[in-house]
Amino acid sequence: MRLRLLVIVLALAVLALGLSFPWLKTPVLLALSNGLAVSGVIILIRSGQVSFGNAMFTCLAGYAAAFMARAWALDALILIALSTLFAALSGALIGIFIVRYRGIFFGMLNLALSMVLFSVLGKFGGVTGGTDGLRFDRPTLGFVHLERESFETALLVLAVLLAIGAGWLVQRYFASVSGQALAAIKTNETRLEYLGISAKRVFWGGYVLAATLCGLGGSLFTLTQGLVTPEMGYWVRSGELVFIAILGGSGHALGAFIGAFVFEFMKLYAAALLTNAWQLVMGLVLIAMVFLAPTGVFGMIQRRLKVGGNT
Amino acid sequence: MNSSLIALALMDGVSYAALLFLVALGLTLIFGVMRILNIAHGSLYAWGGYFAATLGLVITNFGLSPMLGLPALFVAALFIGVLLGTVLEYGLLRRILDKDPILQLLVTFGAFMVLEDLQRLIWGVQPVFVSEVVTQLGTISVAGVTYTRYQLLVLPGVAIAAFFGLRWFLGRTALGRQVTAVTHHREVATAMGVNTGRVTWITISVGGALGALGGALASPTTSFTPGIGAEMMVLSFAVVATGGLGQIGGAAVAALMIGLSRSFAIYLMPEIEVLVPYLIMLGVLLIRPEGLFSTAAARRI
Repeated sequence: MRLRLLVIVLALAVLALGLSFPWLKTPVLLALSNGLAVSGVIILIRSGQVSFGNAMFTCLAGYAAAFMARAWALDALILIALSTLFAALSGALIGIFIVRYRGIFFGMLNLALSMVLFSVLGKFGGVTGGTDGLRFDRPTLGFVHLERESFETALLVLAVLLAIGAGWLVQRYFASVSGQALAAIKTNETRLEYLGISAKRVFWGGYVLAATLCGLGGSLFTLTQGLVTPEMGYWVRSGELVFIAILGGSGHALGAFIGAFVFEFMKLYAAALLTNAWQLVMGLVLIAMVFLAPTGVFGMIQRRLKVGGNT
Repeated sequence: MNSSLIALALMDGVSYAALLFLVALGLTLIFGVMRILNIAHGSLYAWGGYFAATLGLVITNFGLSPMLGLPALFVAALFIGVLLGTVLEYGLLRRILDKDPILQLLVTFGAFMVLEDLQRLIWGVQPVFVSEVVTQLGTISVAGVTYTRYQLLVLPGVAIAAFFGLRWFLGRTALGRQVTAVTHHREVATAMGVNTGRVTWITISVGGALGALGGALASPTTSFTPGIGAEMMVLSFAVVATGGLGQIGGAAVAALMIGLSRSFAIYLMPEIEVLVPYLIMLGVLLIRPEGLFSTAAARRI
């Protein structure tokens, strides 16, 4: 109950922040789209696996959105839906063979695939715009033409709703049989198999859901910027997603969003104060988090407020 | 593709494979002992290269004998390897042995971010390139192709020496056998009286020095820019995974496979050059999920 209250308070705070300070709209939107992607990464972490290539799905969705926006000038809502679907389908396809791997091989195969995508996008400039990426005009939202200001406001409201929906979905999934079985992959996969549950199929489901959420985050990210670049799928970006998950706390979907906000504002300030060394600050924070607060910011809140269980 | 082009591609491939092998060897050695994939390993490569270039500049600017050029590369590698290896081992790796594998991976990722920025602060963003050594050693003609002695003789020579040297060290010396014992089972090795702390420190320094050596030897022929460490990290992992984690012979075969196919791709299909290492890795792992030379592991129920 207290957790639900916390979510509502935070959602309203985010909305108020974005609406009252117009210059904060973009960072807030970027944080929300990162948070959506990270809530996917958290699913994988629940199964004890870490992927250094999940930015590939945000990138795939981003390019899908950009291509469709340029070719057919679709509405923003349709763009989000279709590009997320595209990421989900790619995840389903890649998942078929990648769920056979665990641990470092899983992480690094994802990385290899994302690097293939990254290089292809950079190399075939004729189609993909090369390293400069693709720019597209601001689409309609809900079939209404909006100015930049109101488009961003509408997008912000949409993003908050999507974030709440995604967070609920992830928590619902963790509580379901598949979600519990997914967590069992981490503890003991062989025992899971003895129960008559196919670990691969369960993991495949988790992988596809993770890809979908990453795609949703990616499409929102792209619409916010009106631009996609191959940089979106670079492996260091995937590393950042995992970093955010640890920063916010991988025990709960809310952790993904808290982490994303902390990350975005840390980046904003670190980049302004220490132009050349923000990555250094991030690295030190990451190391400190692992040693001092491995459950992340959400873990700390949880201990203070004694909210929610492990679900 | 005529015969001289084939010869050229072969030589390119072998010299590139030699560098890849050195870096991958360090990575796989550290993984074997610590069971941690050290993502910061790519930074060791970059640091080794930058530091070697700095030493090279010092030699030219102070008018020291150019004969010092080649030894300086090794000195640079050893210095960086032991320095960063010690810092990483005592500061981080030793403290995370009992942590969740995901957290272990993230700690080395954090170390990688820190080292990348430090490198940018120390050496700047301008490309660094010192090729004194290569011109000094001159060229050689083989099969109608003129090639630098440095790339054709020195690089593969060092790689082969490292391969046999490491095998000799691990199999024939008391310390090397202790390293092997720790890779097999850390707890049992400790119980048998092996000083595991010292063994891991030495392994990480040696592994780090190998990574830095790859960078130092690459510095006369490659221009070093920020981001080169990240690129090498991914490539050397592709080599290690293709060969099988912890397999020295596997890393050698995989480095040759990847190095040669990449250099042939440069001449035949330049667009896919960057993809080749990953495609090989994907192809191998699809058929052999644990790499080419993996050994069977017991299932724990």
